[in-house]
Amino acid sequence: MNILEILFFALSALAIISAVMVLISKNPIHSVLWLILVFFAISGHYILLNAQFLAIVNIIVYAGAIMVLFLFVMMLMNVKKDKEPQKQLWVKLTGVIAGGSFLTLLIALVKQNTSFQGRDVLLKDGSIGLIHPLGQALFTDFVVPFEISSVLFLSAMVGAVIIGKK
Amino acid sequence: MTLLAFDWAIIIEKLILIAIIVLTTLLITLYTTFGERKVAAILQDRPGPNRAGPFGLFQPLADGLKLIMKEEIIPTSASKWLFILGPGLAMTASLMTSAVIPWGTELHLFGRTIELQIADINIGLLYVFAVVSMGVYGIMIGGWASNNKFSLMSALRAASQAISYEIAMGLALIALLMTTGSLSLKTIVADQVAGNWWNVVYQPLGFLIFFICAMAECNRTPFDLPEAENELNFGYHQEYSSMKLGFYLFAEYVNMIMSSAIMASMYFGGYDLPFFDESTVAPNIAAIIGVGTLLIKIVLFVFLFMWIRWTIPRFRYDQLMNLGWKKMIPLALLNMLITGALILSKL
Repeated sequence: MNILEILFFALSALAIISAVMVLISKNPIHSVLWLILVFFAISGHYILLNAQFLAIVNIIVYAGAIMVLFLFVMMLMNVKKDKEPQKQLWVKLTGVIAGGSFLTLLIALVKQNTSFQGRDVLLKDGSIGLIHPLGQALFTDFVVPFEISSVLFLSAMVGAVIIGKK
Repeated sequence: MTLLAFDWAIIIEKLILIAIIVLTTLLITLYTTFGERKVAAILQDRPGPNRAGPFGLFQPLADGLKLIMKEEIIPTSASKWLFILGPGLAMTASLMTSAVIPWGTELHLFGRTIELQIADINIGLLYVFAVVSMGVYGIMIGGWASNNKFSLMSALRAASQAISYEIAMGLALIALLMTTGSLSLKTIVADQVAGNWWNVVYQPLGFLIFFICAMAECNRTPFDLPEAENELNFGYHQEYSSMKLGFYLFAEYVNMIMSSAIMASMYFGGYDLPFFDESTVAPNIAAIIGVGTLLIKIVLFVFLFMWIRWTIPRFRYDQLMNLGWKKMIPLALLNMLITGALILSKL
């Protein structure tokens, strides 16, 4: 095991444990905080893949902005764990079975797919995640989808303003 | 066995560098609290703390001792883990910024070239931005975990203030990036050392916006709404006592020092001593002069922060939001447009 593998397994364990904690925490605020930890672990993975820009944007946008808003709403609504309606057992069971089957499906897909087999992950090298190559790619090869997605964001902003004015 | 086969010397070197930077920052912070009280005293025409030691120089030690010796209280209805996590997070987030600040050129010691920067990463400025946006968690978690309505209200105020001013701050940064063409703080400073002008000459409006936003992010007066003591008792750290309270108070000063360092590096040449050619002296001496210069710039900025704090009264909350959304953001956008137009016309 070299240092990259150790880091990979540590980050993966962190991500999975925190993701499980998001699900089993009774208190919604604790769930949000665990989710922030998941984002950090995923950002760590991005850094292992040398995708520094993606890693930092993940932290700025998800951990820094969206999760703050989540926390904001949770704190304002003041959700108490004992007042939260508990779901019935059969609903929980159905969820577990459905989720489990989907997981099996995903694992089967990845195992069957030949294009994944025998390929190494580009750890520590590869420059597509750095700012210069990424900017080049976004503004030359993918300029149309990039601009269209920005229009999508604009429409979301306009929608928020209109709802706010009502 | 290839377990952990890499250059251990660099790890040790970086650890020592981190320890020195963190300890120095904390020491400077200790004396910044003293400076704050002295500056306030001078501006209000009174002597200020002058009893402990010569000129009251041991006052911060006495303050620290007082904070540590106080009884540690965790309210029974508080959620305990988060209550403890809050101040720790606030302190960590404020210290983490120091990782990308270039404190000087390089030292040559024991046959090694030691960079006076913990990490020169490709995305330095974005890292600063990410850490700034993390800073709000310490306050929010602390305010919520106290299980006190006033704490919660002030935590929410702090969060909305931070988010509002982060946008203008980011837009000011974009304009700076357009002129420098690099996100690495080391490159930005090196360009300013090599060129004749500091970035503030090219980005005066951007600097002003960044400075105001930095003041808002540090929760300094006139933006200290989160701890407005006459409306919200004492703000988000009302339930805190002893060193946990001390951490919150310290984190504010560490934030102030870090944002001064960032502003000095981005707009005022970093470790560049003006009208002085660093290549005429030995590299080690040049590095030390550089560190000293940066420290002097930081102290000047911190003094500016204090001067403003003791001069201007606090905003009302709606005024704060108006300034953030209706003045700073349009101004920052305008700044971006002008910068873009100038760059285009030069092409």
